[in-house]
Amino acid sequence: MPTFVYTSRCVGCGDCVDICPSDIMHYTKDRKTVNIEPDACWECLNCVKVCARFAIDVRSYADFVPMGHSISVFRDEKSQKVYWRIKYRNGKVKEFAFPIRTTPWGSIRPPYEMPEPDPQDLYSPVLSFEKESVKRAEVSIK
Amino acid sequence: MTRVSYVDSDILIIGGGMAGCGAAWEARYWGRNLKIVLVEKANIDRSGAVAMGLSAINTYLGLRYNENTIEDYVNYVKTDLMGVIREDLVYDYARHVDSTVYLFDEWGLPIFKDENGRYVREGRWQIMIHGESYKPIVAEAAKKSASEIYNRVMVTHLLKDSQNPNRVAGAIGFNVRDGRVYVFRSKAVIVSAGGGSQIYRPRSTSEGKGRTWYPHWSSGSSYGLLIEAGAVMTMMEARFSVPRYKDGYGPVGAWQLMLKAKQTNAYGQDPFSLHKEELKKLYNGKYNYVDAFPTPTNLRVYSSLLELRQGNGPIYLHTEQVLTEKNEELGWEDFLDMTITQAILWAGQNIDPMKSPSEILPSEPYVMGSHATECGAWASGPEDIVIKEASSVDERGTSYSWGYNRMSTLDGLFVAGDACGASPHKFSSGSFTEGRIAAKSAVRYIKEHSDEKVSPDSSQVEQLTVKIFEPMERYNKNKGMITGGKVSSNMMWYDQGMARLQKLMDEYAGGWSSWYTTNEHMLLRAKELLAYLKEDFINYAVAEDYHQLLRTWELWHRILTAEAVINHMLFRKETRWPGYYVRSDFPALDDDNWRVFVNSKYDSKTGTWKLWSVPVVDLR
Repeated sequence: MPTFVYTSRCVGCGDCVDICPSDIMHYTKDRKTVNIEPDACWECLNCVKVCARFAIDVRSYADFVPMGHSISVFRDEKSQKVYWRIKYRNGKVKEFAFPIRTTPWGSIRPPYEMPEPDPQDLYSPVLSFEKESVKRAEVSIK
Repeated sequence: MTRVSYVDSDILIIGGGMAGCGAAWEARYWGRNLKIVLVEKANIDRSGAVAMGLSAINTYLGLRYNENTIEDYVNYVKTDLMGVIREDLVYDYARHVDSTVYLFDEWGLPIFKDENGRYVREGRWQIMIHGESYKPIVAEAAKKSASEIYNRVMVTHLLKDSQNPNRVAGAIGFNVRDGRVYVFRSKAVIVSAGGGSQIYRPRSTSEGKGRTWYPHWSSGSSYGLLIEAGAVMTMMEARFSVPRYKDGYGPVGAWQLMLKAKQTNAYGQDPFSLHKEELKKLYNGKYNYVDAFPTPTNLRVYSSLLELRQGNGPIYLHTEQVLTEKNEELGWEDFLDMTITQAILWAGQNIDPMKSPSEILPSEPYVMGSHATECGAWASGPEDIVIKEASSVDERGTSYSWGYNRMSTLDGLFVAGDACGASPHKFSSGSFTEGRIAAKSAVRYIKEHSDEKVSPDSSQVEQLTVKIFEPMERYNKNKGMITGGKVSSNMMWYDQGMARLQKLMDEYAGGWSSWYTTNEHMLLRAKELLAYLKEDFINYAVAEDYHQLLRTWELWHRILTAEAVINHMLFRKETRWPGYYVRSDFPALDDDNWRVFVNSKYDSKTGTWKLWSVPVVDLR
């Protein structure tokens, strides 16, 4: 199946259950987790990335990917990087690291902290912060 | 016993993908004291089409640096869709989309920049990003903007006002983990619930069915909700397929636009040059679509299909001609950011992209309004670009404007992203932008209707509360009749319904197994078979638990979407986008009669459809 959980490593914290976009990571009877619907798995690997115990692995789709491959990923919000390691069937290894964010997590200033817009602007085509950040011609009125 | 929660809000946003997040942000900016509620069937941190990540922003004009003009962009989009787009809608999001990208940049999305700080171009309209965390970054902004976010709640139906059947007053759904029913009562509703995958049979079989190009969780819910509520829909026939790396569905944009990798048939020939003259005979229209630069996507796809049909496949993308040790990382990141399977597939099949080419194949069809196509609701255009105004509610289905930007033909119901039709090529940044536009418009709507009392029709709420759980009730009533398994004469599970839907759409409505070809006879057969499926859903659908109930209602949204697609394809008696599908009984493009929008309205009481065409009006 696309992602699967190692019995020995899963502690049933449920982080994968919480994040799965497809709602397919569920608890087992003995409170570990399992991918209940592998044919609805997109291999987005969000469950793998979120698992602090590295309990989730991938064996890619049975109908078109030969066995013997592996992929591991470590997403680190401290170094703001995602690290990848891909192993070929023939043993060749590829490693990559890419940035994930340029600002600290939680640092976005919400719109209500900004000055209130001119009430008249509600009736113009201007959107939030465009007056401040965008050349006027970009919202020209035809 | 059903537990019910009532949630009141000023603005309700259904779907927390790119468009929904944009709506939450903008609604808060203009409506500081409003109660803004966002409901999402998964977890907003990783939901929607960008849940995995993305390696490029496909719509950024660079107006600040005079890289492009809005007019150039509108012309490009119009040509790509073979002349049929709402120019007012496309112009509108295009003038705002750069400001969305500047927000993303400020929030911390890593965008490739050159030594002068300018964004690195992947193509004329596209820029490259390190987009693994695109969605959680954008979700952070939405979470700080919305008053409340309900994760894991699937909305099944929109609710109408008790006094005015043309007024939407909220929505109903259930928590997919504990089964609690949520009745959302809201002054304005924004539908941004994504496009439709898994409506046509995927090329993958068995376990790989989950690896479609657009995600499994894009269940056509935008369309299902809008259709059943009676909103006018447009261009539902423009369901399309995308050429992608075979099986893994790895993106080809960066490879073709930035790395300049060439596509050929098995013998090294360019499919488009081989078929260009032939295409001109049928598809040049009045506006020389075949000679346009860049070539409309569907014509390039069609030339590949012709080569495949003639036995000259596979179609290859020649990565080996362009990839070196120096730029290799770019190609791999393209996959790892957004289609990890493609990287695993190369590893499993021992494909070294520096040494050998990879196969390209057009996908199964998808029903969408945000990518290079335009299915969705017929929406009112921007207030300052009025082409043809409606003078009555009845006229909305043929007009371009009725007062509130991105409002559907139903009062108080707004649309964005995949939900908004005839507004193609938005992609992630444009969808977020359209969410912003819709939300600002919704804030204005609320201000101008502050004395209006709206409340959902209580009998509708009661009926739906029972109806939502019918599949579970039916299962519990009937499960004792069989010893086990999922074969029964009076129960139909969601996966069985999905299989029937996908097979009939594939075989009769222009799926891959029929080379995307259909005709009136086949479409009528599709309609007949779909009617049986719809009846069976109503009489036999079962769900054992809340997860299956989620899948069951997703199937309902897919069935309604498919019904719209079939009816629209039947109505358009020409072949407008041959790479997406060919009507073999009307194999040519017909600009004289069919350069029009096809609009429709569904009557949920009688189950009947009304279809009509609306002329395309150009801005100039």
